[in-house]
Amino acid sequence: MSETLLKVRDLKIGATIYPPGEKPRDIEIVHGVSFDLEPGKVLGLIGESGAGKSTIGLASMAYGRGGVEITGGEVWVNGRDILKSGLNDVRKLRGGEVTYVSQSAAASFNPAKQIMDQVIEASVRHGKFSKKDAEARAVELFRKLGLPDPENIGNRYPHQVSGGQLQRCMTALALCPEPDLVVFDEPTTALDVTTQIDVLKAIKEAIRDTGVAALYITHDLAVVAQVSDDILVLKMGDMVEYGSVDQIINAPKEDYTRALVSVRSIDHEEKTATSEPVLKVEGVTARYRGTNFDVLKNINVELHPGQTLAVVGESGSGKSTLARVITGLLPPRAGNIHFAGRDLSAALGGRSREDLRELQMIYQMADTAMNPRQTVGTIIGRPLEFYFGLRGSEKRKRIVELLDEIEMGEAFMDRYPAELSGGQKQRVCIARSLAAKPKIIICDEVTSALDPLVADGILKLLLDLQKVEDVAYLFITHDLATVKAIADSIAVMYQGEVVRYGGKTDVLSPPFDDYTDLLLSSVPEMKLGWLEEVIANRKMESAGN
Amino acid sequence: MKNLPIAAVVGLFFTSLYFLMAIFAPLIAPYGVAEIVGGVWEPSSKEHLLGTDNIGRDLLSRMIYGGRTTIWIATAATILSFTTGSILGFAAAVIGGWVDQVMSRFVDLIMSIPTLIFALVVLSVVPVTVPILIIVMGFLDSTRVYRLARAVAVDINVMDYVEAAKLRGEGRVWVIFREILPNALSPLVAEMGLRFIFAVLFVSTLSFLGLGVQPPEADWGGIVKENKDGIVYGIGAALYPAVAIATLAISVNLVADWVLNRTTSLKGGRG
Amino acid sequence: MSPILKLLAQRIALGLLLLFLVSILIFAGTIILPGDVAQSILGQSATPEALANLRAELGLNDPPLQRYLSWLGGLVQGDLGTALTSGQDIASSLGNRLKNTLFLAFWAAIISVPLAIFLGLLAVRYRDRWPDKLISAVTLASISIPEFLIGYVLMYIVAVKLRWAPSVAMINDSMSLGQKLNSIALPVAVLTLVVLAHMMRMTRAAILNVMQSAYIETAELKGMSMFVIIWRHAFPNSIAPIVNVVMLNLAYLVVGVVVVEVVFTYPGMGQYLVDHVSKRDIPVVQACGMIFAAVYIGLNMIADVVSILANPRLRHPK
Repeated sequence: MSETLLKVRDLKIGATIYPPGEKPRDIEIVHGVSFDLEPGKVLGLIGESGAGKSTIGLASMAYGRGGVEITGGEVWVNGRDILKSGLNDVRKLRGGEVTYVSQSAAASFNPAKQIMDQVIEASVRHGKFSKKDAEARAVELFRKLGLPDPENIGNRYPHQVSGGQLQRCMTALALCPEPDLVVFDEPTTALDVTTQIDVLKAIKEAIRDTGVAALYITHDLAVVAQVSDDILVLKMGDMVEYGSVDQIINAPKEDYTRALVSVRSIDHEEKTATSEPVLKVEGVTARYRGTNFDVLKNINVELHPGQTLAVVGESGSGKSTLARVITGLLPPRAGNIHFAGRDLSAALGGRSREDLRELQMIYQMADTAMNPRQTVGTIIGRPLEFYFGLRGSEKRKRIVELLDEIEMGEAFMDRYPAELSGGQKQRVCIARSLAAKPKIIICDEVTSALDPLVADGILKLLLDLQKVEDVAYLFITHDLATVKAIADSIAVMYQGEVVRYGGKTDVLSPPFDDYTDLLLSSVPEMKLGWLEEVIANRKMESAGN
Repeated sequence: MKNLPIAAVVGLFFTSLYFLMAIFAPLIAPYGVAEIVGGVWEPSSKEHLLGTDNIGRDLLSRMIYGGRTTIWIATAATILSFTTGSILGFAAAVIGGWVDQVMSRFVDLIMSIPTLIFALVVLSVVPVTVPILIIVMGFLDSTRVYRLARAVAVDINVMDYVEAAKLRGEGRVWVIFREILPNALSPLVAEMGLRFIFAVLFVSTLSFLGLGVQPPEADWGGIVKENKDGIVYGIGAALYPAVAIATLAISVNLVADWVLNRTTSLKGGRG
Repeated sequence: MSPILKLLAQRIALGLLLLFLVSILIFAGTIILPGDVAQSILGQSATPEALANLRAELGLNDPPLQRYLSWLGGLVQGDLGTALTSGQDIASSLGNRLKNTLFLAFWAAIISVPLAIFLGLLAVRYRDRWPDKLISAVTLASISIPEFLIGYVLMYIVAVKLRWAPSVAMINDSMSLGQKLNSIALPVAVLTLVVLAHMMRMTRAAILNVMQSAYIETAELKGMSMFVIIWRHAFPNSIAPIVNVVMLNLAYLVVGVVVVEVVFTYPGMGQYLVDHVSKRDIPVVQACGMIFAAVYIGLNMIADVVSILANPRLRHPK
């Protein structure tokens, strides 16, 4: 008997917003969404930021975060409309029939309590299991989720286990009371790719083994394709397309879905080195003040004019530190940096204005990279004024040129950063660095904070600008898809060392070293059954060894 | 100035009222500040709206002149504490290193002694005059401003846009005045309101203890001291300053709250 | 040594160092600043001979360092010197007054701390509803009036108009506890009002801060009741901030005591200090200043120690 577990009809959700300098007002953020979920099935909710996917997920627990309020529609769970239930019924539902796994397990665990205590809390308090049974069940879940030392890990405090492990503990927390439905809200987004694949595998197997149904919320279509039966594509609170995984991935009907599916498929031919390198990093070793280990160990890389060197690695690999060393913010303990045929002073203070001008930087968070009290015109105009002494109409003309180059136009000149979208902000940062007419721009995770489609736009813009301005990029990223899209040469970093370095084709072709192999195989691909393939391959390899 | 909340209107109205009264005290006050015009503790009448004080001076006039003294001292002390505190705080944040360490530890030391106790220790040695009161209060309060300004500036100083300015090669003056100051101004202005209230309360307390404004000058704390003996006989002359101080403090508070709210909504985006 | 013990030792050492530096500051403050003790005592009309004699008698001609060291030496042994104005031993006149002051502060703390925490919780529970708004309105009003005026307002209403309590808080050793409490009812009420507002406001902010954490949302999504959420999840994480708030306000109480004692002519240390500041009796001012500063530093130190002990990251290292 397959009765519908979760039935959502014409769900409408509102929120109060506080626009600067105006009175707060109510807006609708989800405009009538309907879908069904059968027991034991997984529905993927996918969309970019602002799509309302998390809000819809929480609505299935009759919960509104912050000022969010469910304003209309019906949410039926096991045959009851939970929006019309009393508070006590809703409490029994939450943590009993429906449970929740958040994006940041680190923040979602109470720092003052042991993990076990929190994992079994809902089961025990709702009277589902006795304390002893719940604990036994938790240990079994820890084992199933592949946590080390499942017997004792529950006695630890949240800060005593790693991020990936805590995310699995959170999954155990959600599965412990034997719910009918689990809401997974971006459970792997905050993790490194090599950790993500383990957590993803653990979640998938746990769903399969327990037969629980799930709402899987993410912005990453490749990830959701691995775990879902059905997919609902959302955009700005509207339903775009709703169908089986197979249909959405292989035969999308809507343009928006097609764009999401084909994201990260920019074709970029590797350029070969023609002239002397513009940047040469030689034997750089660096550590932060007050610490006693090197975050960079004997780094040697080169960057040729008009080309892109991608520095790729996971968190803690030292890739951002490399950027700090090159810009002079962190003088290295050993090694040299040659730039445009001259030796660069190690410290920022010793560099000439010409050095500074020719070496520009773009940041990950465009939000904090621009002074919120300056207009776009001031932000882009300052380097013109500072390096070239441009004033008045001459400066204005150049600003307009730059705004055109980043496809924004003169109308944006007097806007403040707060009035721009994420992609527009990053474009303004690009224009600011271009204004200096640099030889190199260091791009530090410039697309990581952006939605996939917006990120694609930025990457295309950067590639176009490279052709026009003949500027070289040192592109720092954790995302291999981005690397494939933009790089001419690649340096793979791991724990402060470059483990693989060369032209793009060479680096991405076998035979691989162990780490690059792990990294490459962990990047989710936009095809069904990818996760199973990788797991099977890895099993074979470890059996073969 | 549209969309002004009621609380802010009330606050602005009373704050300006008090300041105008302070500025034009000689024109408004019906009698001189030290002029004896009646008997001791006369009840309120047509001639003396608030009655007379412990030696027969017009209480309304003394309240108006007292407000002038109190507000003038508090304003001067606030300006002093703000200029020194914020300049040193910004400098400490931007320069960093041992300069920051030395200044911050010194401020920690000053703040490890309760302000009133410190003031009492100092006032036991130096002569009590208005300029000295202003300097002592301004100095003690500047430690708090210093901490706030430094904290705000440190927060801003680690922002990428400040790093971008440094990488561009901008000098310290540009970084402080063009990148940090515009973003630090709003919390500082709100804090200024609170510091002003504190200064009003503080100078009143000192005068009440006999260590502030010296007679025959009037100030709100001094008026309490002069008339406190009347309380036991049921004469409320000493309580008028309470009303004055409370309304002034509350209205300045309302203005400060409004400034702070307005700026957080500017910064906060989606809140 | 475990990191937590090391941190505690560091914090206590820092407190002692601060105390030492404060002693230098207080001593230096009273000799470097312009103004002459002898002149202050004898007045402007004093003859130069009389001034010279008094200076010699007070040891004002010795080098400052030597005077500081002998003062500090006495301080550590409990010898606070003699008062200039009365010639009495400061330590013995202070003893009784210190006891009285602590008696007053103790009762104010006993009443205000639990009340403030309770009202703070109430404000959080009914956040943005009328109990919360009422509490913040009262808070705003009471931090806008200096404590001495709250004292006179209460005295006027309660003691003079209603005749419920004495307007002057006299106590002596022959009184029973009940008589003493009746006598200090008004000053205790004033002190309570003064610190209550601050403490409530800060408790409210501290708990709200915790209530906005993601783990509180997790508990809500587990279907826990409000009581369970506050008791099991918010409370353990609020201990450190609340203790901080309490200690900060007890330190504030120390200052409030000075003024309130003057208002109610209560025979405590605060009144003693104020009296002798007007008389420019430097040794008394120095001694009282040191004691007040020591209490203040001590309370702040306790707050830091509690937050170190309450931090799960320090208590359960990796």
